[in-house]
Amino acid sequence: MHPIASGGGPAERGTLPPPGPTPPIDRIAVEERAAALGKRSIKKATKVAGLKLAISMMDLTTLEGADSPGKVRALCQKARTPEPGDESIPSCAAVCVYPTLVPVAKKALEGSRVRVASVATAFPSGLSPLSVKLEDTRRAVELGADEIDMVIDRGAFLSGQYQRVADEIAQVKEACGEAHLKVILETGEIGSYDNVRRASDLAMHAGTDFIKTSTGKIQPAATPPVTLVMLEAIRDFYYATGRRIGMKPAGGIRTAKQALHYLVLVKETLGDAWLTPDLFRLGASTLLNDVLMQLKKEASGAYQGPDYFSKD
Amino acid sequence: MTIKLVEPKATAAGDRRRGERRLEFAHAWDYAPAPEAVDHVKILPRYELFIDGKWQAPEKGRYFDTLSPSTEQKLSEVAEASAEDVDRAVRAARHAYDRVWSRMKPLERGKYIFRIARIIQERSRELCIVESLDGGKPIKESRDFDVPTAAAHFFYYAGWADKLGYAFGGRPVSALGVAGQIIPWNFPLLMAAWKIAPALACGNTVVLKPAETTPLSAMFLAEIIQEAELPDGVVNIVTGAGATGAALVAHPDVNKVAFTGSTDVGKRIQKALAGTGKKLTLELGGKAANIVFADAPLDQAVDGIVNGIFFNQGHVCCAGSRLLLEESVHDLVIRKLRDRMATLRVGDPLDKNTDIGAINSRMQLEKIKELCAAGEAEGAERWSPPCELPAKGFFFAPTVFTGVAQSHRIAREEIFGPVLSVLTFRTEAEAVEKANNTFYGLSAGVWSNKGARLFKMATQLEAGVVWGNTYNKFDPSSPFGGYKESGFGREGGRQGLAAYLHVD
Repeated sequence: MHPIASGGGPAERGTLPPPGPTPPIDRIAVEERAAALGKRSIKKATKVAGLKLAISMMDLTTLEGADSPGKVRALCQKARTPEPGDESIPSCAAVCVYPTLVPVAKKALEGSRVRVASVATAFPSGLSPLSVKLEDTRRAVELGADEIDMVIDRGAFLSGQYQRVADEIAQVKEACGEAHLKVILETGEIGSYDNVRRASDLAMHAGTDFIKTSTGKIQPAATPPVTLVMLEAIRDFYYATGRRIGMKPAGGIRTAKQALHYLVLVKETLGDAWLTPDLFRLGASTLLNDVLMQLKKEASGAYQGPDYFSKD
Repeated sequence: MTIKLVEPKATAAGDRRRGERRLEFAHAWDYAPAPEAVDHVKILPRYELFIDGKWQAPEKGRYFDTLSPSTEQKLSEVAEASAEDVDRAVRAARHAYDRVWSRMKPLERGKYIFRIARIIQERSRELCIVESLDGGKPIKESRDFDVPTAAAHFFYYAGWADKLGYAFGGRPVSALGVAGQIIPWNFPLLMAAWKIAPALACGNTVVLKPAETTPLSAMFLAEIIQEAELPDGVVNIVTGAGATGAALVAHPDVNKVAFTGSTDVGKRIQKALAGTGKKLTLELGGKAANIVFADAPLDQAVDGIVNGIFFNQGHVCCAGSRLLLEESVHDLVIRKLRDRMATLRVGDPLDKNTDIGAINSRMQLEKIKELCAAGEAEGAERWSPPCELPAKGFFFAPTVFTGVAQSHRIAREEIFGPVLSVLTFRTEAEAVEKANNTFYGLSAGVWSNKGARLFKMATQLEAGVVWGNTYNKFDPSSPFGGYKESGFGREGGRQGLAAYLHVD
């Protein structure tokens, strides 16, 4: 494994040796395991508790070219009080927007515990010079972002320039300052579970706080097996270093049932310590209403029509 | 290359556990009970013998109870077949063979078998509940494995019924006659399917004896056989214990005996049959090596280790009960294994989230306890995750022994429970030597990222089945059977036909 290097001057303090050879991933077995965990029966009190937990872990996201301040404000309102009048429903973890809309979100969320996440580093492709990416990051933080969701340079990664990818991540982390960093691997573009594992290891060794599956702009986005591979990478990193890295599946998570499946994956792979918004997030734009609908159904015994939930 | 790392923010909990780094799987978000509804299943208070298409009372009027191992409550009582009852069943089978089944066109035979397969699918919800109630296995396993695989075996062999002439390179084949079949308690319905489906497809008639602790699913299968309107006497089911089985084996008009069970009983059957000319297949015990190389996909290997030994409470003849770990990854794999075992849910077999159900009987539970005590006494290190066992019923926590030597009883004897013995090796040759150093030879598993190594190992391991980067995978088209004292003959696949045919 990869113990934290000891010794060295202050400049090298906390420097990790590079990740060792990437542990291979067996595609069939990992897909089987992820599917098996999808068969857990989550009913009644467990379902209600799980859905509320899921809401508290949600990064409510809007990343459209046509995003407006009004839309972002509406989303922030929804994130603060997903279900007005029902205090048992927690607020979401964060609202995720483009950098120019960060001030709008920041203002709308003032006084709440909901954080503002901003995508950066030439999202979603990551194909800009490093200086631009760093500037992008710094500006997003200056504008008030609490969290930065960066993308890795998939071109560099796929051509084998792992050092470059890792260096970029480390520099973006530095540019983040106090802001938390999530590294988007864009698993739908990197081709294999082995690569997902390798990219996860790179990002964690480079100092990220979270690893995240997808931008939401590429299909496939988050899937249970990809998430499981990343959770297992987080587990190995924890075994080796004692550091808890967070996980964020994003993209394609639309139903309450899917959200519960992801919670089961976390619960049975990393355990209790990760069942918190500090270490697990769900990136989604349309998931919240389905979760609210399921919660209503658990409470009243009947499904409400979709128009009973605000579309933001 | 070195990568600059920003100093992590330590959490309070992280500080507290620094140096320990054990994951916790307590109850942060616990699953509520999710019991399968059972009210639609009708278990009769008493079952008679199924002979000649009818339910017939046993001659001596004796019945025995069948218990639910998870509650120790009586589920029903079933007839105890005496030698006279067995004789009646064999005569019915012979009659059906002579008059109906051997004369029927193969295509028509196939249609009956297809029909049985379909009705098993239709009644699968009932069957999986009965299987879990009577045997103690988790409902998710009976639902996702036992019952669908049983149906798949009937489907598979139904298709062979009119193609037997092509099975062995065009050599002519003919049926044997009456098959006496004795099955174990670990997969009651599935073992019945493994035995009955190829026998019928090949044109034989059957007298089946289910295990005495798990007769109920066979009673449901008898109902299904009636519903399928299989001609009377083609399948007969006689319940009872060892004496019933012995009577079936010894019956002079049985042409073929198929037995799945312990090596001890298998040896006795083989002795009893010596010189009789009856055809015999035996599928007996095992002490399989599950071999994990350092280059294996370790997280998936851990899933495979867990599946290999804890599937069906370890009541699996091909269970991967000896884990051979390459020394360099021993500590890492054991840590992963323990964390994984901590998530296993032991308890009510009818709960849809249960991973490990009840041990099949008190007798078996005692045997497992005795062997585990021997493991400790011989110096191996025993570990189980913290788990609360139900107060009633026969339960045993998943257990792993590390520091096991080849000479330990827990490395040599079949425990047939959720108990894993871990050994290490340094070279491929040592792995092979240790794996083969057993009088069993039913199965083995190899985990490595090198395809060439998987194939090389497979040729060197003395085991009927070698799984590569997986474990406990079954398919009707794949033959299954043992080397050495794990038995002989193959079940499943084209090879499985040979056990029920004369091949000229």
